Amino acid sequence: MNIKNTNNHKGSSMSIEQEDVRRILESDKFKSLVRKRVSVTLSLTIIMLTVYFGFILLIAFNKEFLAMKIGEHMTLGLPIGIGVIVFAWLLTGVYTRWANSSYDKSVRDLRNEIMKI
Amino acid sequence: MDTFETTLGQANIASIIIFLLFVAITLGITYWAAKRTKTTSEFYAADRSISGFKNGLALSGDYMSAASFLGIAGMVALNGYDGLIYSIGFLVGWPLVMFLIAEPLRNLGKFTFADVVAFRLKQKPVRIASSIGSLMTIVFYLIAQMVGAGALIQILFGLPYEVAVVIVGLVMIAYVTFGGMLATTWVQIIKAVLLIGGATFLVVITLMQFNFNPIELFRQASLKYSDAVLSPGGFVTNPWDAISLGLALILGTAGLPHILMRFFTVPDAKQARKSVFVATGFIGYFYILTFVIGFGAMVLVGQDIIRGVDSGGNMAALLLAESVGGQFFLGFIAAVAFATILAVVAGLTLSGASTLSHDLYVSVFKDGKTDEAGEVRVAKISTLCIGALAILLGLSFKGQNVAFTVGLAFAIAASANFPSLVLSILWKKYTTKGAVASILTGAGLAVVLIILSPTVWVEILRNEQAIFPLRNPALFSMVASFLVGIIVSYLTNEPDARAKFEDEKLRTYLGIGSE
Repeated sequence: MNIKNTNNHKGSSMSIEQEDVRRILESDKFKSLVRKRVSVTLSLTIIMLTVYFGFILLIAFNKEFLAMKIGEHMTLGLPIGIGVIVFAWLLTGVYTRWANSSYDKSVRDLRNEIMKI
Repeated sequence: MDTFETTLGQANIASIIIFLLFVAITLGITYWAAKRTKTTSEFYAADRSISGFKNGLALSGDYMSAASFLGIAGMVALNGYDGLIYSIGFLVGWPLVMFLIAEPLRNLGKFTFADVVAFRLKQKPVRIASSIGSLMTIVFYLIAQMVGAGALIQILFGLPYEVAVVIVGLVMIAYVTFGGMLATTWVQIIKAVLLIGGATFLVVITLMQFNFNPIELFRQASLKYSDAVLSPGGFVTNPWDAISLGLALILGTAGLPHILMRFFTVPDAKQARKSVFVATGFIGYFYILTFVIGFGAMVLVGQDIIRGVDSGGNMAALLLAESVGGQFFLGFIAAVAFATILAVVAGLTLSGASTLSHDLYVSVFKDGKTDEAGEVRVAKISTLCIGALAILLGLSFKGQNVAFTVGLAFAIAASANFPSLVLSILWKKYTTKGAVASILTGAGLAVVLIILSPTVWVEILRNEQAIFPLRNPALFSMVASFLVGIIVSYLTNEPDARAKFEDEKLRTYLGIGSE
């Protein structure tokens, strides 16, 4: 079945029956999908912000820690700073992995269900 | 080594040839793209035909400005570790773009982020307000880019400032007017490949001097300039300042109209997601390269010479290129820097033009009723207007200290665009009045507070004491924007918007009905 959005600016008028839309929106499956997505994305956001602002506060309040020597001409600050960059990228990888496998699968299932209506 | 003579500022044959080659190739692409740019979807969004990987490269092209290449390398060369702190702030916004914005934006929107903010609210007031946030961000960003372009090209090629500004303006107008998003995307991709490739090569030949051992590079830097260059110095003195700047950089990245617009060029949410992964990887890699380049310049060129050419250190990367790669390589890197400015300015102009035509002309003045050809024509006229404005801004701010405008652009993006976008995606009770109040509060406060801050009030207006203590206003303006948005929404009930929020979920989370 073809779902067309008849009015892009208003957005909500679909050619599937409103009742069916409501049923899907209120289904446990859809609700848990939304909950899952919100909790995963918010957790990852909080992790990223914690790491970044943790780093900034470390610089503000404990410069000595980052200036600590590891080896003769190497400070702890160097691997930590580069580490924040790599960590940020890895975190986008973690999300992509989750979304590509788990989230997209649930989306596919729900979409298929809607197509059957 | 510290008596190194530079040829910077003299006409460099290699750089002129490489730059002309870049312009010829990109104009060729523009000619090709022009034949594929007839409809609105083609003009604004390259007909949603860009793959996730290519869009990731283009996103990194849009984001890696000459300022971040030359500026951060220079900061590292002169201040060591502190330059890294700055670049980290620019990077960590990207994961947030991915988690909070990219996919809902792709699913809900059509051409501009205002499509998403206005999705279930009243079109006119929301479009007008978000256009204000959007255009202010773009204009302040453009000022920095155009003034930087003129000054940089003057140093690099010995061209007069005004000529440089006009060349950048005209070439960029040609890309966008004729080739729309398709040409702009390819300009970004080519520029990103050149920039990342050039920087990689520069790092390789620099590290060659240190037996490919970065630790040896850091060792020599600390022997030459003391251990202080390897740890945080004076960059973060007041933690509130650092937090406020950090918020502006992170949330501002998630509110830059020309970045957000790129998510409409991919076919679906999955590709939008992939493009952020790719972009974050390239941008992170690039910042690590600039860190090594900065240290390379510090050791191989020397801080005194770098400061002698430009007191801000902006020429560090170019001096290093000349020192390790000779005149030809200097020419190559200089041409890449020029191309970088062109590409970033083109991206900004396209998003400014789409705000003028799609959000203001079509959605506000024409009530959403125009034909395809009419809207494309208006979009092209808007491109000319923004392009002319960019040239004018470049000419009129010549010689002014405009470095603060980048911080201001990020502060407005973080305080006006980001809160309205997030609240409209996530919060059911958001109302039209709440959105308008939130955007205007954020944008207005960001501007007023930056004028009263040490950045402008003391350093530019030469007053004794700043009225507002923080150098970047985001901490206040962003929080105020969220609070005002939430409070006004609670005070004004909009049952229609609430009802639509439920239906919108089908599109936000499942992509059903997406463009």
